[in-house]
Amino acid sequence: MTHVDPGVWTTVADTVAAVCLLAGAFLTLGAGLGLVRFPSLLARMHTVTKPQVLGLILLLTALALRVRSWSAVAMLVLVVAFQLVTSPVAAHMVGRAGFRTGKVDPDDLRPNEFGEPD
Amino acid sequence: MSPQSRRPAYLLRRLGSQWHALLLLTVVWVLLWGDLSWANVIAGAVIAGAVVTMFPLPAIDMRGTVRPWRTVVLAARFVSDLFVASFEVAWKAVRPGPTPHGAIVAVRLRNPEDAYLTITAVMSSLVPGSLVVEARRSTGVVYLHVLDIDASGGAEAVRRDTLALEERVLRAFASDAVLSRCGLAPGRGEDA
Repeated sequence: MTHVDPGVWTTVADTVAAVCLLAGAFLTLGAGLGLVRFPSLLARMHTVTKPQVLGLILLLTALALRVRSWSAVAMLVLVVAFQLVTSPVAAHMVGRAGFRTGKVDPDDLRPNEFGEPD
Repeated sequence: MSPQSRRPAYLLRRLGSQWHALLLLTVVWVLLWGDLSWANVIAGAVIAGAVVTMFPLPAIDMRGTVRPWRTVVLAARFVSDLFVASFEVAWKAVRPGPTPHGAIVAVRLRNPEDAYLTITAVMSSLVPGSLVVEARRSTGVVYLHVLDIDASGGAEAVRRDTLALEERVLRAFASDAVLSRCGLAPGRGEDA
């Protein structure tokens, strides 16, 4: 097996990919732990919209940097775009449904400006 | 569906007025196949046409402009906020100790038009430590759940952050008339 010099840009891309993978893995872990640890429905929804989305974006960025094929990158861009558009809507719908059906204890929320006269 | 909506002329006009959607759906189709070829583009355009005619949606009422520099400012700030917010929430979930204390804050947006209200609401769900629980179209008030009200600096700080986000959205996409109606002088901004 002959030794092939990977080139400086390949090394840079691999390093950035590794950093993105680790950061994405941490965020995804945080999202999973938050889902278990946070006390209320609304607090849990926060982990769905923030660390989970960026974690996925970072993992897919790392994938794009390693795969280096345009057709794969195109697909990953599409995944990220749909994730950014759908996850706030999904969290909003779950949160609103829980709020309206009394699954959220209003006493936990201080201040709670919902229902106050404008 | 009314009888006139089946007429070819109406369908053609509908396709013409929704060319944004056609273009977007075609691009999505090509991206899904991951290969730019005539066959994909034509197939995507045909399917986009079928989707737009068979599942018609009302046109979005958004008579704004796109200011390129303001859009860049909005996007750059969004990405940096996304990083900060994500690591904050992840850290709050991972660190030992009590979980944060939440609150609901009502924010009255300057401009209650659907398109801007939606963009601001979606972005505020993603970036600061907030989540939209309810939105009132009639009054333009959004109710945000804040994960950690003490770390966010209280209700007033949340309101200020959300209004600053709305200002960035309006400066990027709204027309000059809307900007001056909302008390934002066109062209200038304090947080550029």
